[in-house]
Amino acid sequence: MMKRHTVKELQSMIADHSASSQEIYKIYNKRIRAMNDSINAFISIESNEYSSDDKQPDSEISGVPYAVKDIFCSEGDQTTCGSKMLSDFVSPYDATVVKNLREKGTVILGKTNMDEFAMGSSNETSFFGNVNNPWDLERTPGGSSGGSAAAVAAGMAPIALGTDTGGSIRQPAALTGITGLKPTYGRCSRFGMIAFASSLDQAGILSISAEDSAIFLEHMAGYDEKDSTSSSETVPKYTDFLNDDLTGKVVGLPKEFFDGSLDSRFQELVTDSICEYEKMGVKFKDISLPNIKYSVPTYYVVAPAECSSNLARYDGVRFGHRSTDGEDLDAFYKRTRKEGFGQEVKRRIITGTYVLSAGYYDAYYLKAQKVRQLINQDFLDAFKQVDFIMGPTTQQSAFKLGEKVDDPVSMYMNDIYTISSNLSGVPAISHPIGFVDKLPFGLQIIAPHFKEHELLNIAHKYQMVTDWHLQTPEICKEMD
Amino acid sequence: MSWETVIGLEIHVQLDTRSKIFSGASTTYGSEQNTNTSLVDLGYPGVLPVLNKDAVMMAIKFGLAVDADISRRSIFARKNYFYPDLPKGYQISQYELPIVQSGSLEIQLNDGSKKVVGITRAHLEEDAGKSIHDKFANETAIDLNRAGTPLLEIVSEPDIRSAEEATAYMQKVHQLVRYLKISDGNMQEGSFRCDANVSVRPTGQKEFGTRAEIKNINSFRFVENAINYEVERQIDRLENGDEIVQETRLYDPDRDETRPMRSKEEANDYRYFPDPDLLPLEIDEETIEKIRGSLPELFDAKVKRYIEVLKIKENDAEEIARNMQIAEYFEATLESFSKDPQLISNWILSEVTGVLNRESIEINDFYIEPSRLASLLSRIDDNTISSKIAKDLFSQMLTSDETADEIIEKQGLEQITDEDSITQFVTEVLDEFSEQKDQYLAGKEQVLGFLVGQVMKRSKGKANPKLVNELIIRQIKG
Repeated sequence: MMKRHTVKELQSMIADHSASSQEIYKIYNKRIRAMNDSINAFISIESNEYSSDDKQPDSEISGVPYAVKDIFCSEGDQTTCGSKMLSDFVSPYDATVVKNLREKGTVILGKTNMDEFAMGSSNETSFFGNVNNPWDLERTPGGSSGGSAAAVAAGMAPIALGTDTGGSIRQPAALTGITGLKPTYGRCSRFGMIAFASSLDQAGILSISAEDSAIFLEHMAGYDEKDSTSSSETVPKYTDFLNDDLTGKVVGLPKEFFDGSLDSRFQELVTDSICEYEKMGVKFKDISLPNIKYSVPTYYVVAPAECSSNLARYDGVRFGHRSTDGEDLDAFYKRTRKEGFGQEVKRRIITGTYVLSAGYYDAYYLKAQKVRQLINQDFLDAFKQVDFIMGPTTQQSAFKLGEKVDDPVSMYMNDIYTISSNLSGVPAISHPIGFVDKLPFGLQIIAPHFKEHELLNIAHKYQMVTDWHLQTPEICKEMD
Repeated sequence: MSWETVIGLEIHVQLDTRSKIFSGASTTYGSEQNTNTSLVDLGYPGVLPVLNKDAVMMAIKFGLAVDADISRRSIFARKNYFYPDLPKGYQISQYELPIVQSGSLEIQLNDGSKKVVGITRAHLEEDAGKSIHDKFANETAIDLNRAGTPLLEIVSEPDIRSAEEATAYMQKVHQLVRYLKISDGNMQEGSFRCDANVSVRPTGQKEFGTRAEIKNINSFRFVENAINYEVERQIDRLENGDEIVQETRLYDPDRDETRPMRSKEEANDYRYFPDPDLLPLEIDEETIEKIRGSLPELFDAKVKRYIEVLKIKENDAEEIARNMQIAEYFEATLESFSKDPQLISNWILSEVTGVLNRESIEINDFYIEPSRLASLLSRIDDNTISSKIAKDLFSQMLTSDETADEIIEKQGLEQITDEDSITQFVTEVLDEFSEQKDQYLAGKEQVLGFLVGQVMKRSKGKANPKLVNELIIRQIKG
């Protein structure tokens, strides 16, 4: 295999017997082993040996291998969440999305690297070391699904699962030149997905093309009785909508996303992509999301608050890292958590504990929840006038490793464009729209709740007339 | 100076659901340690809670029975604190919007007076596991079987004014949850326990005094003793010019005193916030009405009906109704034998209760089914057997499956009501005991009992005593 393959291509290879699923699996496995030292996309690599009498389920994705962000529990596998705290944790069960895909005959290639407990935007908070961007090994692939993004970009996996709490799928997709879909909150079950911020976390997909995401999402999504917050909204056959005509669709361009702060070279790429969409009959309209400027501060109250409670279970009592020191219970807890968690996780736990404390709850947590309602209302109002909202996914392309690691606020600003859709719950996609200095850049499209089929449709149409998503980093060519 | 006591109770009732409040694990008591635990109860990474609807139904039942408002929308919150028997590091509980609000319950005191105690709220929550400190030297063992067991926490208004009232209220709630079949109320197993908030104030003062909270009291007697001790302690302190410290205390039944808990175990900032894993609990009118329609007849209504319709003595009616299971047994017996409810009541309160006490068993495990007791009582009622024979029969029925009729027939126990046969016994007795006959004639009527006894003996207890009486008198005076 000299090039990256899409899921679509693998499907036809399996269908016309030009390659068996066993052969495909072996090739990817070999490629991961060869490249992981330089990219560090995988925390653990599976080596599923097929036996000849393995009967594969009859499904369109049967035999397609994929990578899984190490935040998803998979039965019998090490599931670390990028943390020392869970470095030896072997999950006794499958997350619902993993189970859904397993039942359709897909096979896990390995568990991908990530920011510790998904807290980070550069994959530098991982206990297992940072991930290197395949386009420039000295740069970050973004985070927190940095391992999944790098794996797909480098052709180590055709497609990967990620999670997106504030931009953790879209930002790394943009920084690695691939497609990243964050579905509507509740579209995919959160059961078995290790919680960071429960009201914001959503499972999604990192893939080469929007079409591949459409193929996978159908099999991943759906109501789960084990997750009370999952939606019973019917899951459509997303691929049926991919080629729908876009004529007359209206896209809103929020002035808050186009405030002049974007570097002109990135702005040019955005403008080019808008022109491309106009050619398809899409209309553009200036809109405003007045409360969106509060997204980052709101997010950095809500997410840490939930994380401070979600991460309380890592106490060394039942599983995970356990300190051997500690003269009493309090000291045992303190040492266990001090040793098991990294700096960024501690920062957020402390922030979250603070905003929930007596005397501060109303001023921070409650207020943030109210602002969150306003931000959601902004989206609902906007979607009365437009079908989509567009803007850059990030403010810049991949930055140098270490560049922002000591400046948390600057790191948090990475998610300035992506966070609002998590606060509102609406789905969003990022797809590549070109390069600046040989580094990819992405466009974000946001749609109303449960309109993933429209997002996939619009991104697919763009990818039918452009080939930015098919650009392959040099490192892949060196490999073969 | 005279003092007034102010008490509010928080009663924790373990709901009798089959599975836990947020997981499918069993709630069976007494299983081997850490076997009734799912990954949800263990707080594993990635797991999520799913609300058990049965627990919700039970909470609504309770709310309706105490005439409370059922919240159409209630919220589950997280109460955050670290403890090894709290696997997630937080307890899921209802905080700002509980499922039940503003109810009340009427209690009756020993002097017969009645009083209404307000119920501020009742909310659903999960229980924690157990820390076992005395099993291993220098180590604490954790048993998470109880973790996630559904609890209904019932919070009273500070309307209670004495230990006696507190006990009466606790008993009333206990009786109610058993009537509603939402809890087994087993206090030894911890299914029913309470915290008491106790304060005192000078009589006539409006403001409450500083309160102490006595935690985890699991018997009616302990509630009474703990409160009495605490009230005395607080009055002593105040009268000595000392202040009351707001604190959490524990009652030690061995020493009959309350002691402050270690400060580490209290004064937490629980950082409550709505649990993002659970949607707000919405309850519709239809559900509430359906549950309202299924509520059983409760204690007060039952007693009233027993007295007014069944004509049972007031004390007996209350005694029967006090325990829901006894009342059910009574009513089941009544179904097969409706002629004399008082007779059933007499037998249940004496013979049946006697066996239950002697053998320490519950009525549900009692050997004689209501239909068989009814068969026995019917034969007394129609004079087939005497009460004395009936008691023998009762003892035999404890160890057999036979009905009264079957035993009567097999052993020929029918009462002799035939005058000729009895007259024959009477003649024999009067011949043999002519001295007593003369005494009777001389006015010493007490000897009649002796003579009746002699006749009964000859008839092997089968003669109808009333008839024997009559015939003896008739023959002596004859």
